[in-house]
Amino acid sequence: MFAFIMRRLGALGVILMGSSFILYNLAAYSGDPLADLKTSTDPNRDFLMVALSRELQLDVPPPARYFLWLKGVLGLFVGHANFGMTREGATVGGDLAQAIPVTLRLVLASTILAIVMGIGIGVVTALRQYSRFDYSMTFVSFLMFSLPIFWVAVLLKQYLAISFNNFLREPNVPLKGLFFLALASGIFWASVVGGSRKTFWTVFGTATLIAGGIIAIMDAMNWFLHPGLGPIMVFGLSVGIAYGVTQLSVGISNKAALRASLTVSAATLLMYYPANWVFDNHQGALGVFAIFSILITVGVFAGISFSKIDRGPIIRTAVISAFLSSIIIVIDKFMQTWQPYMQTDAINYRPVPTIGQRSDLLERSDFWISNLDLVTHLFLPTVALTLISFAGYIRYSRGTLLEVLNQDYIRTARAKGLTERTVIMRHAFRNTMIPLTTIMVVDFAGVIGGALITERVFGWSGMGTLFYRGILSFDLNLLMGVFFVTATLSVLANLVADLLYSALDPRIRVGSGA
Amino acid sequence: MARTSKKSAESTSVLSGENAISNREVEGLSQGQIVRRRFFRHRAAVFSLVTIISIVIFVFSALDFRLFGVWRIPGWWKWTTEDLPELRVGDCPGGTVGCPTVSLRPQFLGGAGIGLGTHPFGQDDIGHDFFALVMKGAQRSLSVMIVIGFLGGTIGTIVGSISGFYRGKIDSILMRLVDFMITVPAVLIGSVIGYHYGNLGAIFLAFYLGLFAWTGLSRLVRGEFLTLREREFVDAARVAGATNRRIIFKHILPNAVGIIIVSVTLLLSGAILLETALSYLGFGVVPPDVSLGLLISQYQDSFTTRPWLFWYPGFFIITIALSINFIGDGLRDAFDPRQRRRISKKERQESAISKKLAQADE
Repeated sequence: MFAFIMRRLGALGVILMGSSFILYNLAAYSGDPLADLKTSTDPNRDFLMVALSRELQLDVPPPARYFLWLKGVLGLFVGHANFGMTREGATVGGDLAQAIPVTLRLVLASTILAIVMGIGIGVVTALRQYSRFDYSMTFVSFLMFSLPIFWVAVLLKQYLAISFNNFLREPNVPLKGLFFLALASGIFWASVVGGSRKTFWTVFGTATLIAGGIIAIMDAMNWFLHPGLGPIMVFGLSVGIAYGVTQLSVGISNKAALRASLTVSAATLLMYYPANWVFDNHQGALGVFAIFSILITVGVFAGISFSKIDRGPIIRTAVISAFLSSIIIVIDKFMQTWQPYMQTDAINYRPVPTIGQRSDLLERSDFWISNLDLVTHLFLPTVALTLISFAGYIRYSRGTLLEVLNQDYIRTARAKGLTERTVIMRHAFRNTMIPLTTIMVVDFAGVIGGALITERVFGWSGMGTLFYRGILSFDLNLLMGVFFVTATLSVLANLVADLLYSALDPRIRVGSGA
Repeated sequence: MARTSKKSAESTSVLSGENAISNREVEGLSQGQIVRRRFFRHRAAVFSLVTIISIVIFVFSALDFRLFGVWRIPGWWKWTTEDLPELRVGDCPGGTVGCPTVSLRPQFLGGAGIGLGTHPFGQDDIGHDFFALVMKGAQRSLSVMIVIGFLGGTIGTIVGSISGFYRGKIDSILMRLVDFMITVPAVLIGSVIGYHYGNLGAIFLAFYLGLFAWTGLSRLVRGEFLTLREREFVDAARVAGATNRRIIFKHILPNAVGIIIVSVTLLLSGAILLETALSYLGFGVVPPDVSLGLLISQYQDSFTTRPWLFWYPGFFIITIALSINFIGDGLRDAFDPRQRRRISKKERQESAISKKLAQADE
């Protein structure tokens, strides 16, 4: 295994060197970095040209200059990499260090959302193959495939951001909107659950009534101005999570797992006021981390004490519920911050921004307010990127699950008399995840490289913007710096995908032969 | 699968109902006929095929079009992209000028009748006829897409078949080359190319982009060739004394054509999105030339005042890309031998009845 990884890393090094050599020369020969100075009327332009030539070593021909650049980059292994200077005289390394976290923040949330939603919907469409839900989701995913992101972005800015801000000024849901939302929820859940005509209409009626009721109550309580869950709602959601996770993970009939998860919910209720006290008085990531670890520890102990047999799955169930419940507590805290955030001068009751990665005017003394600011700025780009990229996951997980469901071992599992839940979750879904995992890793690297357009549309200054600047001003070092990061990520992602594949699928052994 | 003999047709009746139905459908048909039938059964794909053909004819016949720079095909539309007619004032919503005149509501329903009017898609801020601009942009985007698809498809097929068929040293050299090129995200390499060669014209841009677009396809073709070359019919051909060239072109390539066609359609839909994205960034087709992405980027700020400048180019991009994706889906289903179509209740009942009748006869 070790030898395999070393050999692959060596090959990756060679690939990186080859492709960077190609790109370096392609970019170097295609333009003249002094072009704008040659046409300028600046009196000391000759001096500037000489200075820039010396700075960027333009007297060395590109193929040789590449090796000078490479020497600087290879300094990575002895602790001080030198990616060269930009034309403005800053170090490329410094620019990259600022840009990488921005790009990661941009793509991370949307990738996670796209994966969760895409796989969820993909699995449901596969289980309801040839249903109306399947057909409409197929159409939606093809539509998403065909949408140019810059086009979606303009629409989202207009309809989601500006209209939503207008709505928040006087948040009253009109009766028409209420009916529409309630009906949409009814149709969605009814087609997800499926089944006979009677079930369909029952589910449709229930979902419509519940959604309509919730929206009406939220509207009556002015919830959109003062959002928040409160201890009762947090507890309710946590109990819901406990039941849901138990059902998916080990089945609701496993009483020990259900009790362990419900214990976690009780702990969530008990922790609600202490957690908020911690959030207010010890601001920062440490407080959030503490709440997560306390609840997860409760989950582990509850799992151990309730389980007689099957300790592992029960602990896993309780820990997943604990993790999700902690997220609910944090979301509730963010909702409580909403009102003070809206009132700040920088926001002034228009919370959804259309451009930028943070409000520069906002005072960043409060941990929750400044993070909420980051979240609102992430909102539009995340929606746009998720819309575009979750279609791929729907198609892929649907196709893979259908293939797996046709396998002989699924028939065997059914023939043994296993419950449908066990067959789907344990036999089919796990095998579906094997190829999906590798796709996810490679896709994530690709999304980072492709973030250029999203960053331009939403005015973020991440790696895409650096690359854009590099092209426009013939800044070869800047260009190569961004390229080096994205290319390294993409080859590493391929390696990780291969290793994951062999770890998940015992039929594949790496290191033997090829 | 090519031809089902009488004997095997009898044996199928022993199989379960669904198998019998789908087997009876392909009896006595060639591979091409089966694929065609399956494709034409995919309603969305056929509808998309009709859509895309009509769009191509509509778009390319609207304006003067020069085929290879020699033959001039006259267009039927009265304005060109250079004309500057006066801005149309009046009967526009909200006091705007130059709004679209296209109407789909017939006169007896209170509309202006079905027709295009003087400026069907409206006019831009200085008066250019936007219909002409969109048609020109669609022509450019479609040509770029076709060139990228053709070039990428050809190079990918050649590289993939050579490395898959000959394996060994050639294979590892070619596949390392693919590895080199796959490390760079398409948008990044496209931007570098587009920024430096975009001013040479849309076709040159497409040409350069096509030189980089073949990598994914060549991997797929190589994989297909690697499995096909181990099959018995290739051994049989080799024993019979066929040359490598004959084996590649007569025996392996026809069997790999499904995967090639499907990936070329996906390449096409990716190509139009890549071109529009690059033009939007300013690295693709550059003014005074027109492309759909460029139109959106030029007029995105006027969305609140003159939304039609934004809707129509986007509508064309989405329709083209969506149709191609559906055609690709239909083709994949048609070429996939494992694909079973849904068998309706009625067919199942009929099959059961005919089986019972047959048993009664015996």
